[in-house]
Amino acid sequence: MSATTAPVWTKTRQQPGALARLFDNKAFLIIVCLAPAVGLLMTFLTYPLGLGIWLAFTDTTIGRPGIWVGIENFEFLMEDPIFLNSVFYSVFYTAVATFGKFGLGLWLALLLNQHLPMKSLLRAIILLPWIVPTVLSAIAFWWIYDPQFSIISYLSMKMGLTEGPIDFINTAWPARWSLIFANIWRGIPFVAISLLAGLQTISPSLYEAALLDGATPWQRFRHITFPMLMPILAIVMTFSIIFTFTDFQLVYAITRGGPVNSTHLMATLAFQRGIPGGQLGEGAAIAVAMIPFLVFATLFSYFGLARRKWQQGESND
Amino acid sequence: MANLITRRETIAAAGAVAAAATGGAAQAQIATQPATAPNLPIERGATLRMLRPVRFVQPDEDVWRANCQRFAQANGIEVRVDFVGWEDITQQTAVTANTGAGPDIIVGFDAGPHLFAEKIHDLTDVATYLGQKYGGWRPLANAYGRRGDRWISLPFGASGGPAIWRTSTLREAGFESVPDDHAGFLRLCQALKRINKPAGFALGNAVGDGNAFANWLVWSFGGSLTDEQGAVSINSPQTVAALNYLRELYQTFVPGTLAWGDISNNRAYAAGECHLTQNGVSLYFSMLNDPALRHIAEDTQMTPMPKGTLNAVPNAGLTLNAMVFRHSRFPNAAKALLTFLMETEQYDPWLQANIGYWSQPLNAYAASATWTKDPKISVFRDTMNNPFWNGYKGPIVEGSVAATADYVMVQMCAAVASGQATPQAAAAEAERRAQRYFRRR
Repeated sequence: MSATTAPVWTKTRQQPGALARLFDNKAFLIIVCLAPAVGLLMTFLTYPLGLGIWLAFTDTTIGRPGIWVGIENFEFLMEDPIFLNSVFYSVFYTAVATFGKFGLGLWLALLLNQHLPMKSLLRAIILLPWIVPTVLSAIAFWWIYDPQFSIISYLSMKMGLTEGPIDFINTAWPARWSLIFANIWRGIPFVAISLLAGLQTISPSLYEAALLDGATPWQRFRHITFPMLMPILAIVMTFSIIFTFTDFQLVYAITRGGPVNSTHLMATLAFQRGIPGGQLGEGAAIAVAMIPFLVFATLFSYFGLARRKWQQGESND
Repeated sequence: MANLITRRETIAAAGAVAAAATGGAAQAQIATQPATAPNLPIERGATLRMLRPVRFVQPDEDVWRANCQRFAQANGIEVRVDFVGWEDITQQTAVTANTGAGPDIIVGFDAGPHLFAEKIHDLTDVATYLGQKYGGWRPLANAYGRRGDRWISLPFGASGGPAIWRTSTLREAGFESVPDDHAGFLRLCQALKRINKPAGFALGNAVGDGNAFANWLVWSFGGSLTDEQGAVSINSPQTVAALNYLRELYQTFVPGTLAWGDISNNRAYAAGECHLTQNGVSLYFSMLNDPALRHIAEDTQMTPMPKGTLNAVPNAGLTLNAMVFRHSRFPNAAKALLTFLMETEQYDPWLQANIGYWSQPLNAYAASATWTKDPKISVFRDTMNNPFWNGYKGPIVEGSVAATADYVMVQMCAAVASGQATPQAAAAEAERRAQRYFRRR
């Protein structure tokens, strides 16, 4: 090594390589970083949704690819009493079950928010119906509602309350109410625990101030608890409506849409027509017909319940 | 239908397999006619994959696998058999057919192969040979195996749905057996109701039992979903007569039949809540193998459902129906395997291993020892002699499969039984729905 060849010092910085420049490019980076996410979304969300919508406009069956038939499927469905009944029951089921879940869930949340002995254990127990896989609880309810072997019928006959077995799912209206009851039972924990979380974020100082002003318990609930819960209530309700409207497992496991199609939800009817019935196009059309309802429910919850006025008092714009 | 497999059943049936394997004499009685087997040179290095619905009893699977292995060894090829759940077989067949990949052979149910007629091999040569050799195909096999005048699939057996009843109860009600006419059948059910040991038939969304009962009701009055040309014919005076009859018959049923699924009548019968119903042989065997229920099994008798106004038993057995896909690279091997499985040395032991769950599609096997072991199951021997199929009496098309799967007939009956619709209105509604499924495309 001789010291005669000293390194030549250059003023300008070495021009970065093409690759480095590429990675310095903001547009390129955005594309590269987003590509995996967009790819996943396109593959697993957009493609199936798009395919479903496309199928709804064809007469595809399980045995063969279909041809484009325009809105023929929807025209048929508009005159199909079974479909119209499923629309009615889906809306009815969602409305009643949501009302029940929120009424009882809020009540339960308020109770759990009190200082109770073994509070944590109680809260864990409350979550059980939500943790158990729906199919399992559906099968339990299926036994509870069984025309021959229902435990409730058995007890009521033993105690002399009824002469024969109770009709839970053998006729249309009892079957509808039985399913709604099962859905409420299953949905309460989710609502109660979510609202409980909301309750615990409300500052105790608000209640103290209200107490000093001599507010009654009802006034405290109406003017503090309820408005402060509104944001989380809106989100939980949106989720709950979507889950209830698209419910499938309870109905399919307990009644399969019977008796005589009276308890078909749009989701179960779409499955029944599409997969066992083999009419993929028609099944897809029923599923697509659910979208407007879901969009409406979401918008209603979002814009209706999440308004600032509702949350922070009438005068706050 | 319950798929109950007990250890005892398994052991007992395994013994039966061993007996069948050692005693060659049991096979000698299957009479054959001279016939020339089609020339099917097996492709060198062939590998076959077969998909089949799961077994009723363990020996079914064991014998089936052993038969396939023998074929594989004799021809120096590979055969793999997979068993899948009953509910999944149609969907898996659809995926196989639409993607052109997957098993070479699928054993599906009933009219399944007709959905994929363009995607499967013609089996006329094999079916003709087997028919000649074994005394001809039975009517149900002809219905499900053929499309026009060619064979598209090989039926392997069917499981029927006779009336199943308690001997002691019928005697108590003053009947020795189930009458073969409508009026007598109604009188029997009324008598059973009076002694508080009622009959019950599934009217809920039960693919097997619900359709079996609804089909029986309509067919036995001479009604049908479609006519010979395949036009929808459900809205007929015969159907209305059947539904009027159902209104009276339903009064005698045990409560809750509108909510019954496939398993409900099994449970109600085993619990002694229901004393006359319609079911496959599984109910009898599940009770026979349960010490607590054995006395009910011994008191049980199975006879065909009443013929009503017809000369044949209005019942379409659940049929195993094998198809060979065109995408298979080894069609000769696949066809040869199916032929091999239908030959006496393989088929008779398999039939016997199934102890009556499946009934033969070829006449000669009616002489199998299967049908002499237990006189009670001899009612299943002629399951495939009944000239009725799902979607009767038109040619089998997509609509026949779809209308059955979508409970068109069942719900027509249930609507009348529940009082939701008059017979006329229910028949008209069924016609509306059926026309949608049978529309020309």
